[in-house]
Amino acid sequence: MTKRNLLLLALLLAVACVLPFIVSDYRTFQFTLVLVYATALLGLNILTGYNGQISLGHGAFYALGAYCAAILMDQAGAPYWATVPAAGAVCLVAGFLFGLPALRLEGLYLALATFALGVAMPQLLKYDHLAKWTGGVQGIVIPKPEAPFGLPLNADQWLYFFTLAVTIVMFVLAWNLLRGRIGRALVAIRDQHIAAEAMGINSAIYKSAAFGVSAMYTGVAGALSAIAIQYVAPDSFGIFVSIVFLVGIVVGGLASISGALYGALFIQFVPNIADEISKAAPWAIFGIFMIGFVYLMPTGVAGATRLLLAKRRKSP
Amino acid sequence: MDAFLFQVLAGLATGGIYASLALALVMIYQATHLVNFAQGEMAMFTTYIAWSLINAGMPYWPAFLLTVGFAFVLGVLIERIIIRPVEDAPVLVVVVVFIGLLVILNSTAGWIYTYTIKSFPSPFPKEPLFGIRYMSAHEIGAICVTLVVLSLLYAFFRFTPLGLAMRAAAQNAQSSRLVGIRVGWMLALGWGLAAAVGAVAGMMVAPIVYLDPNMMGGILLYAFAAALLGGIDSPMGAVIGGFAVGVLENVLGAFVIGNELKLTVALVLIIGVLLVRPSGIFGKVHVTRV
Repeated sequence: MTKRNLLLLALLLAVACVLPFIVSDYRTFQFTLVLVYATALLGLNILTGYNGQISLGHGAFYALGAYCAAILMDQAGAPYWATVPAAGAVCLVAGFLFGLPALRLEGLYLALATFALGVAMPQLLKYDHLAKWTGGVQGIVIPKPEAPFGLPLNADQWLYFFTLAVTIVMFVLAWNLLRGRIGRALVAIRDQHIAAEAMGINSAIYKSAAFGVSAMYTGVAGALSAIAIQYVAPDSFGIFVSIVFLVGIVVGGLASISGALYGALFIQFVPNIADEISKAAPWAIFGIFMIGFVYLMPTGVAGATRLLLAKRRKSP
Repeated sequence: MDAFLFQVLAGLATGGIYASLALALVMIYQATHLVNFAQGEMAMFTTYIAWSLINAGMPYWPAFLLTVGFAFVLGVLIERIIIRPVEDAPVLVVVVVFIGLLVILNSTAGWIYTYTIKSFPSPFPKEPLFGIRYMSAHEIGAICVTLVVLSLLYAFFRFTPLGLAMRAAAQNAQSSRLVGIRVGWMLALGWGLAAAVGAVAGMMVAPIVYLDPNMMGGILLYAFAAALLGGIDSPMGAVIGGFAVGVLENVLGAFVIGNELKLTVALVLIIGVLLVRPSGIFGKVHVTRV
């Protein structure tokens, strides 16, 4: 990392820390969701952006994470902070297991299979025999955590900082994972899987592991969202959640870590603005942006920013 | 036994609709090797057009034909304007474009017609036909319409020069171009036909599931399952797959797993077929050379 990047990062972190003290509680809640989405998008980006496996069903892992957290709190009385790693672990295993059959599916077919997973998820959550744990159609309501150790923060601010801390950990881990040998192997499999195998990369292991890690990120995000919203219900995890994530990584930038943040800001705030026009407007805008971005700006906001910075550096 | 027969026949009726939509998917797949995720929403959108025409006072069958024509034009336009630029793009780009299309059609329909559920008229009489008590007249009618559409398509591809040209373009674009077939336009025509078939499926299913912008979500999933089961590159397979999935879904839903997990049947079927026999029952086995 260059000095300049470090400086920018420190600045970003400072802004993120000051933010909840200068905006209203509701805005703080919205920024908490931005962090949640950023983690989920980072997960999808590891799979789709870096490894080239298309998933249209990551909403299912998001739901799984959220339900894990909610059920652990509701049934087992687990503290909220302990549910986040638990949800991550469950999704890691679930993602790895789903990734094994997915190995045999390429491109379009994987998209189809994951699409089916995303569409079928709400029905599975409503299933009668699971209703004992999942609460069926009604879902589960969970209590709002208060700030510990007598910190002078209200509940919204504390949730924001809790989410911020988890998000930072997840981003640092992803950065570490992707800049090294493993990251390069993932990209190599995406670009030329035959050549990658010829160079000794075990494509099967890497691909299913990428699925697992990606699901883990999304599951952690799901758990955080359940804690932040204090409510989970089957109908909030339809196929459209998966599509929103896809919009996020396309707009933010495929195969880029900072892209997850841009994408998260986009999917959180653009619908809010568009909602004032019509109930259907956010989705129309999402659709237009998706198609517009792949035509005109295939590297997303992150790629465009990089290009802009590179140009400025060249012509002082 | 009576209940079982009832479920099988009801399954055949919905199966016909899955078969039409699956056929539309297969037509686009054959021509372009793409799976159209927006197929269901295209059908939904055209069904809304039919609804407005009928509500404006037009009799059913003229409105039906006009809608099919409109769907054809819509399909051709979508291919020409949106799909053509990404024809040779990586799979991810194509999938994103299809999903974008799905979202745009869905929200446009919601914007124009609101999200409230509307009833859609059936062209068939209320009382059962020929005294058959197992199926409603609409179910029998839907099966007949499906079969008519299928035979028309078969005749078109088998006996007309244009149909032959389209098959040639789908099978070997380069050689077709050399003998003077305009391959680009053949693909556009294929999209138009697929959209038209989808529109018929939409108008046949709307009286059963009611009209709303999200009505096609589940149906598209069954159509995917049907197309994969029959073999994604086999039109005949798609039709048989459609009927099979319809019956399977109804019988399993009624007797084995209950109605709540019907969509999971489609999920399991899709993943199962892809894993065990990716080319489906009637499809060609693809061998790629490294």
